[in-house]
Amino acid sequence: MDLSRRLLLGSAAAAATLPLRRARAQAANTIKIGVLNDQSGPYRDTGGLFSFAAAKLAVAEFAAQGFSVEVITADHQNKPDIGAGIARQWYDRDGVDVILDVPTSSVALAIAGIAKEKDKTYLNTGAATADLTGKQCAPSIIHWSYDTYMLAKSTGGATVRSGGDSWFFVTADYAFGHQLQASTTKFVEGAGGKILGSVKYPFPGTSDFSSFLLQAQASGAKVLGLCNAGADTVNSIKQAKEFGVTMRLAAMLMFITDVNALGLDVAGGLTLTESFYWDMNDRTRAFAKRLQPLMPKPYMPNMIHAGCYAATTHYLKAVQKIGAVAAKASGTAAVSAMKAMPTEDDAFGKGSIREDGMALFPSYLFQVKTPAESKGPWDYYNTLSSFGPDEAWRPLAEGGCYFVKS
Amino acid sequence: MLGFSRAQAIAFVVMLALIGAAPFLLYPVFVMKVLCFALFACAFNLLIGFAGLLSLGHAAYFGMGSYIAAYAAKSWGVSAEVAILLGGLVGGAIGLVFGWLAIRRQGIYFAMITLALAQMIYFFCLEAAFTGGEDGIQQVPRVALLGLLDTHSDMTLYWVVAGVFLAGFLLIHRIVHSPFGQVLTAIRENEPRAISLGYRVDDYKLLAFVLSAFLAGIAGGAKSQVFGIATLTDVHWAMGGEVVLMTLLGGIGTIFGPVLGALVFGSLETYLAQFGDWVTVSQGAIFIACVVAFRRGIVGEIAHKLKLGL
Repeated sequence: MDLSRRLLLGSAAAAATLPLRRARAQAANTIKIGVLNDQSGPYRDTGGLFSFAAAKLAVAEFAAQGFSVEVITADHQNKPDIGAGIARQWYDRDGVDVILDVPTSSVALAIAGIAKEKDKTYLNTGAATADLTGKQCAPSIIHWSYDTYMLAKSTGGATVRSGGDSWFFVTADYAFGHQLQASTTKFVEGAGGKILGSVKYPFPGTSDFSSFLLQAQASGAKVLGLCNAGADTVNSIKQAKEFGVTMRLAAMLMFITDVNALGLDVAGGLTLTESFYWDMNDRTRAFAKRLQPLMPKPYMPNMIHAGCYAATTHYLKAVQKIGAVAAKASGTAAVSAMKAMPTEDDAFGKGSIREDGMALFPSYLFQVKTPAESKGPWDYYNTLSSFGPDEAWRPLAEGGCYFVKS
Repeated sequence: MLGFSRAQAIAFVVMLALIGAAPFLLYPVFVMKVLCFALFACAFNLLIGFAGLLSLGHAAYFGMGSYIAAYAAKSWGVSAEVAILLGGLVGGAIGLVFGWLAIRRQGIYFAMITLALAQMIYFFCLEAAFTGGEDGIQQVPRVALLGLLDTHSDMTLYWVVAGVFLAGFLLIHRIVHSPFGQVLTAIRENEPRAISLGYRVDDYKLLAFVLSAFLAGIAGGAKSQVFGIATLTDVHWAMGGEVVLMTLLGGIGTIFGPVLGALVFGSLETYLAQFGDWVTVSQGAIFIACVVAFRRGIVGEIAHKLKLGL
């Protein structure tokens, strides 16, 4: 076929007639939830349309009385300006009352500023930065599922207690990697472990980790701490396997969806921390099963997806209590109502939300099963140890949140 | 009028009317973003369209402008116009150093040198303490203009940004149609002949480079005021690629083309966000369509059809 101008213009004109506008239903008693996350980049499986599905499940299961609920979604492409642009438009013009998920710390923090400025509800379940309940906290923000402090405490401290008492870090050379290494070091040393050394690699753009891994192996440390995320973590784990690194691998930030991508023959033996595992008890299994029909791919939920479900459920309970009109008028009012009630859902069981916006649940240190141990698809984790909700998270006084009275 | 031809004057009036009406019809923050990108694309077009220099590293000046303006507004509390101007000056200063190095080579070598230098700026921004690493500078306050005009309202800030854009746009128009701009065009068309006529070609190219970097810095500074953030996205090489795409789409070497290109590009990025993957797919498809069938870009094709200079 010849690509002519006429053909291109004709098809563009035809495409323009397609109905693009979504119906605008903005009754005063409609609660609108916006799921904002990465749907085309490295975090599309850790959040993406799976988070959207989890939020939709929560809405479908919540028998809302006196108000209706609508869920929409968009891709922030991991760019803070795009995320901030969408968030402003959602809050200002599209009648969105609550923004949910938002992985990638830079985007998450950008939206925190907007939520604070406009007094709108913001439930973050996807980002790692502990600043959301610390320096950049706001009375209308809740942080769910995990943060850097909790990961470092669990993977760092508990690994030492289970025998991994000498560490070597391979760290991405940028702020996130540095922070993660510093906080992990604190917990490893606090638990009586030793840091034998560390190596920083250039970020981004490093794909060959062999020299760093061999340096780690030569240090004689028992544990290799990977202070990186996403594709870098996956690459360093794969290469550690190829080079026969015999150390115990501790991935500081990793999800069950990443384990699935790697496969058990590569990921087996790895330790990592999550606050949710689908195969934990009857309730989590039931939740994961109910979620399946809505998922774009047959994936089991990770802690971000579970967080989207739990946060949406809890938010709707709060709306039910104070009324849709009050919840729409003030994000702080809705979030205060959420903090006042204990949380209760199938994903996390019973929990609570602290004054600074941190949702408190147990955290678990998991070891990934080897192919021989695994009995079926998604049977991936053995639980090594756990922290209770009152010890897993950063103490309230240490966060530096401005409205927390010490 | 202001050195516009009749067709250009009509197009300019239409553009003014659209800028005036846009915030009432569309979301003001979105229009402000388009205006920032439009100024950025116009600055880039000054180099590629009129001096024939393809810089792949323009994100460096845009991004540093954004960082400096954000830092100045947040840490020193300077007012909006000072922050944006500082962004432009730093962009221009970096442009002076990088341009001085890069203009010694031509064609693909020039493009690669600008890209390499811009990557150095990227790494600097990633590692430097004041930029906040990959979190960027967050929650930049919108500081009052001249200490008087409160820009917290989107509409007030919109008129400020529109003013900055129009000033930049008219400056570029003036540059292009000045004797200096004529010499640039001569260099683009035939550099050896320009040399043989006695022009110090390198000085002209360097000045064009610095002006372009300065205006890119202004655009970056304005963007940081609009969104209240400055992040690595602005200095990433992909931003340098996007500005090429905007300019190409609108029409290289036309005055109005980059503005339209920025509008189309910004609309795609914003309105396709709900479709996930389709943003990048559609950008790629448009690029291909443009290269295959509309090599002069949208405005370029229209101008060619109507036999006008737009």
